[in-house]
Amino acid sequence: MTEAASSVVQGRRFAVLRRLSDLPAAVGLAAGFMAVMLLIMIFAKLLQPYAFDHIDLVNRLTPPVPLSGSTWLHPTGTDTLGRDLFSRLLVATQTSMLLALLGTCLGAVLGIALGFVAAHKGGLWDELIMGLVDFQAAMPWFIVALALLAFLGNSMVIFIAIMALYGWETYARITRGLVLSAREQGYALAIRGLGGRPRWIYLRHILPNISGPLLVQLTVNFPSTILFETSLSFLGLGIRPPMTSLGQMLGEGRDYLINAWWLAVVPGMTIFFITLSMSILGDWLRGKLDPSLED
Amino acid sequence: MLWFVTKILRAIITMWLVVTFVFFVLRLSGDPTLVLLPDDIDEATRDFYRQLWGLDRPIMAQYWSYLGALLQGDFGISFRNNLDAFQLVWERVPKTALLTGTALLISLGIGIPLGIFAAVYRDSWVDRSVMAVSVFGFSMPNFFLGILLILIFSLHLRVLPSSGSGTWLHLIMPAATLGISFAAQFARYTRSAMIDVLNKSYMRTARSKGAGTARRVNLHALPNAAIPVVTILGFKTGELLGGAVITETVFAWPGIGRLLTNAVAERDLAVVQCIMILLALTMVLANAVTDLAYGWLDPRVRVGAKAGAK
Repeated sequence: MTEAASSVVQGRRFAVLRRLSDLPAAVGLAAGFMAVMLLIMIFAKLLQPYAFDHIDLVNRLTPPVPLSGSTWLHPTGTDTLGRDLFSRLLVATQTSMLLALLGTCLGAVLGIALGFVAAHKGGLWDELIMGLVDFQAAMPWFIVALALLAFLGNSMVIFIAIMALYGWETYARITRGLVLSAREQGYALAIRGLGGRPRWIYLRHILPNISGPLLVQLTVNFPSTILFETSLSFLGLGIRPPMTSLGQMLGEGRDYLINAWWLAVVPGMTIFFITLSMSILGDWLRGKLDPSLED
Repeated sequence: MLWFVTKILRAIITMWLVVTFVFFVLRLSGDPTLVLLPDDIDEATRDFYRQLWGLDRPIMAQYWSYLGALLQGDFGISFRNNLDAFQLVWERVPKTALLTGTALLISLGIGIPLGIFAAVYRDSWVDRSVMAVSVFGFSMPNFFLGILLILIFSLHLRVLPSSGSGTWLHLIMPAATLGISFAAQFARYTRSAMIDVLNKSYMRTARSKGAGTARRVNLHALPNAAIPVVTILGFKTGELLGGAVITETVFAWPGIGRLLTNAVAERDLAVVQCIMILLALTMVLANAVTDLAYGWLDPRVRVGAKAGAK
């Protein structure tokens, strides 16, 4: 490596460090919290002190440690069957994060693909896809999902499909608009003039150029997807026992508010901090990528 | 006129799609007699109920007769207690309307003034604290907010009832639970709409003519900033109804949402379908009203639509 190149690399590294130290404290905290959540999502099974469904009937409903009646066997307390709250929280966070990530990404891919198709084909295809977008937007999807899950039963595939169908229409609408305007810009026209095939132009040139607003939409969509999952699980329809998610834990803990408030409050606070962190990150990202959208 | 007809036609098609979608998915999910009747019942009784509920015919025949009945306002009978499904649902409507209406008033009453203040005093401490509170407000899942309120005000302080709907005291916590996240959202939307308008050249003109802050905000900025906020109001109807289902479940509020969660658990097809159709109708109507209000508030839309129709 020549000297010039290495100094460029170093300069860049310092620039990254400087930029990190310029981060507002709230954004730093939010990013840190989300990093921890992602680690839990990947390593939950390794971190848990007990199996999340391990029953310990001797130590039922023990409170977290500073409270009276707590035990160091379960420093964060146990639920009504003596299952370790911390282990359950880890696994529940893993489930909720995985589902929200999967739901957000599937919805984004579906919406972005349909947005491209609508913009490219135009005519009947455009009408049809935008009609579907309007239909999806006019449907009370949460309520439809509630009925579908109740009637179609406890199936993971159906639940993930329902999550994927939540919010795709926004991506489709945004993508279509962005593609229509990007297509007419100089660079796209130039590549088309050089004989680039449409697929090549869309994937290699237009998609990277419009990825900013789409990424912002992704961060906006993630908190609502996690709320969608936890709400359904809270009502007992999404993730059901023996599996657990943050919403399912909260729904279970709701029955013990009087004598074990922490069973509901701890998973509830976790959901709250996840949505809060993602909202803060999304706002920040929006300000960075597209100052005109800042509100 | 054509613009209006297109809107109505679109609304009707959306409704028909919702009805069809709901009908087929729920019918294809299995035999309701298996869930509703005891396991040890004999086949003849099962057949009797299948006939009574019209489940013995081919699904397309069921679909056409269901559509026909719907057009005459007949939503079928509840599988649970043989009462008219529509009657059962309609009895609950006032409670849900009261809850969502109060929540909407709370959210608009808090959100819009906060948004205006934040925009007018942009980048000041007012703005920053409004935005900070609003991020907290819409990050808070409403089912968790409801539980926290119950913990604090019902179990700890013992000042408010945790469930039921007898008095206006019962309304406070559910309406706050449902309203607060919307208040936060409206504060944000109002703020960004106001900032947009405040940067317009006509605001500078008003200022150079010597109009005071109050006059500029109330007469020049607000009517223009109201346009995007009204649009969002229409889009939020679905979210509001979804939120009502959860809030009603948390606070045992006897509205449509609670009826829905019960009916869904009991596989009461007729009641579930009736509720879904009414909710979809509410959303479609809300969107139509929003469109009309939009045209009324913003003459440019009307003129544009007329020009497009010609």
